[in-house]
Amino acid sequence: MQFAHLPPLAASLFSLLATVSLLLSFVMLGSRWISSYLYAFAAESWTIAALSAAVGFYGGYPELYLIALLTALFRGCVLPYLIWQIVRSTRITQEIHVMLQPSTSLVLGAFAVVFALLIGVRIGAQMGLSQTVIILALTVMLSMKLIGFLMLTLRYEAISQVLGLLVLENGIFLGSQILVPGMPLLLELVILFDLLVVVACFGVLVRYLMRHVGSTNTMQLRKLVG
Amino acid sequence: MIETILFIMVGAPAVAALVALIIPLARLVEMVNLLAAIVAFVCVISLPFQVHSNETFLHNYAGIEPLSAWVLVCTGIVYLLASIYAVGYMRMLNEPERLPRFYTLFALFAMTMLAAPLMNNIGLYWIAIELTTLVSTFLIGFEHAAEAIEAAWKYIMIVSAGISLALLGTIFLYWDGSLVLGPTYDMTWQVMQEAAPKLSQPVLLLAFLLMLIGYGTKVGLAPMHNWLPDAHSEGPAPVSVMLSGALLNTAMIGIARFLAIADSAGIGPICHIALVALGALSLLVATLFIIRQSGVKRLMAYSSIEHMGVIALGFGFGGMLGIAGSLYHMINHSLNKSLMFFGAGNAMRAYGTKDIGKIRVFAQYFPVGSMIWLAGAVAITGAPPFGLFLSEFTILRAGFGSISAWAAYAMAVLLIAIFIGFLNQFRRMYDEPALIETSAAGAIPVWCTVPMVLAIIPLLVFGLWWPASFWHYFRLVAMQLGVGGA
Repeated sequence: MQFAHLPPLAASLFSLLATVSLLLSFVMLGSRWISSYLYAFAAESWTIAALSAAVGFYGGYPELYLIALLTALFRGCVLPYLIWQIVRSTRITQEIHVMLQPSTSLVLGAFAVVFALLIGVRIGAQMGLSQTVIILALTVMLSMKLIGFLMLTLRYEAISQVLGLLVLENGIFLGSQILVPGMPLLLELVILFDLLVVVACFGVLVRYLMRHVGSTNTMQLRKLVG
Repeated sequence: MIETILFIMVGAPAVAALVALIIPLARLVEMVNLLAAIVAFVCVISLPFQVHSNETFLHNYAGIEPLSAWVLVCTGIVYLLASIYAVGYMRMLNEPERLPRFYTLFALFAMTMLAAPLMNNIGLYWIAIELTTLVSTFLIGFEHAAEAIEAAWKYIMIVSAGISLALLGTIFLYWDGSLVLGPTYDMTWQVMQEAAPKLSQPVLLLAFLLMLIGYGTKVGLAPMHNWLPDAHSEGPAPVSVMLSGALLNTAMIGIARFLAIADSAGIGPICHIALVALGALSLLVATLFIIRQSGVKRLMAYSSIEHMGVIALGFGFGGMLGIAGSLYHMINHSLNKSLMFFGAGNAMRAYGTKDIGKIRVFAQYFPVGSMIWLAGAVAITGAPPFGLFLSEFTILRAGFGSISAWAAYAMAVLLIAIFIGFLNQFRRMYDEPALIETSAAGAIPVWCTVPMVLAIIPLLVFGLWWPASFWHYFRLVAMQLGVGGA
């Protein structure tokens, strides 16, 4: 890997930022308030933007500065704003029905992290990579993925499911910044814009849900079975 | 030359979408869409004659090889049939002011499906598949009933979550490759297939499994299939046809190509077994739900899960026979499933219900259309003399000779169960007297019968005669996927 001789300061900075992102997804997992999901998501995106910039600086990938800027702009500002608009139109402020208490979700999330760590260590060992940063990146990426899936399964409100999906994407994006910083710029840009379109589509669908189903609670969506 | 053809093929539906957006005249846009479908059809039909090896253009970002050309043929056929059908079907909905919007989305959906197989870069292919999801979501929710919106929500949620796993797999693949090819490289299918023997096997296996689950969600393999029956039953019938006959194949080639990478990396056996297991499970799930199904379009949707399972088994069994069988099955299934959804849409419109229990004595009301539909039902269960019999038989032969022979036996048993269960549903619709008063209200316009005839003829021909040129072509595909000889 190109980070074989990473200065200790850089390594700790990467680790710090990755850990903060993971922590923020726990904030989302443990809360019932839509607004705290949203703030946590925005903060997570800013953290990832900072990580991109840091990787660009220490790894010598100047194009990552652009990615960092766009991440901060789109994931950190535009997406939260769009979602905030959707939230305002639904007038939902919190999850009313929860499948599991927040504390239980947090414990599940902790198990997810342990599982991700096991996989990360195993892959690192198989590939002969022992740098902490790589293992940490793998762990954070996989745990954010698992936490995103937990949010998708444990939440009923349409908007929290959308945010769960965005956590999945954030996890992948974070991991890709550390594991494959040299990924062609075009791909990263397309993925960023794709996300915007996805959220716009979700905005329209949530509006349809309100108008034609009469609720944004996905518990109401159980007409189609068998 | 070939670049121009592909450009026209993708461009035609794009123009149609643009026209529908700018000039919202219902009669005009349906004809423009039909015209675009004809143009695209002519283009795709010429492809197999011209594509003999891998050709790339646009700086390696796009390309065409025998496999993608074949899938494009299936997509082109389905797009044409569905466009003819849509003219009649969408008029029956009696909402002329919403037609331009429908055709904008419909043509866009066709465009994304025609473009996706051309994506030579694995990352761009992922984006294209994601785009097909986004466009088709609104087609599924087009009728705005609560059920349709529910189906659209489930579809976009499950498929987006699933496909994000494929993105993770793509990142892992890129990472694996970056240790061999340097930090920045073009992640095309060919580059990865060549570099595969040098890649780290555990990471590649992880990437394969993630991609299998990710694209498998889109293909509708069990247990990630739960969006499929809802989406296929709640969208308007032309959309169901496009989803089932074209979209599922488009996602399947991602799995087939990745399997070739796994093969040349030397982790083939375990990947094949994973694919076979998903295929067999899909068949099992489909069988159980077909036998006790009460919705006519859901019946067709579960049949799609069944046939995707069969195609997955074909690729999973591998070898020349497995690949040839799968490819033949793709085109037969595309034709046949279009026919089945056309019939289901007609029945649904005529009786005003999706409930099999309320569709009775179908043949009395619609002598011609009902007979073609019945023939299609016999065909889709894999009975001779139709195309699916030959392709399923070939896949079974491939299975008996492979390491996963157990799955071939399971497949044979399940296919028999499906044959009985599926045709029993048709017996109920054709033969059982009505318990409650049912009546077929509407007449079926000729637009809705013609595509059924157009679908059944090649299906019958392919059942009686497997052209030798197909074999040559399938051999090319097999070579591309790293399988040589017969």
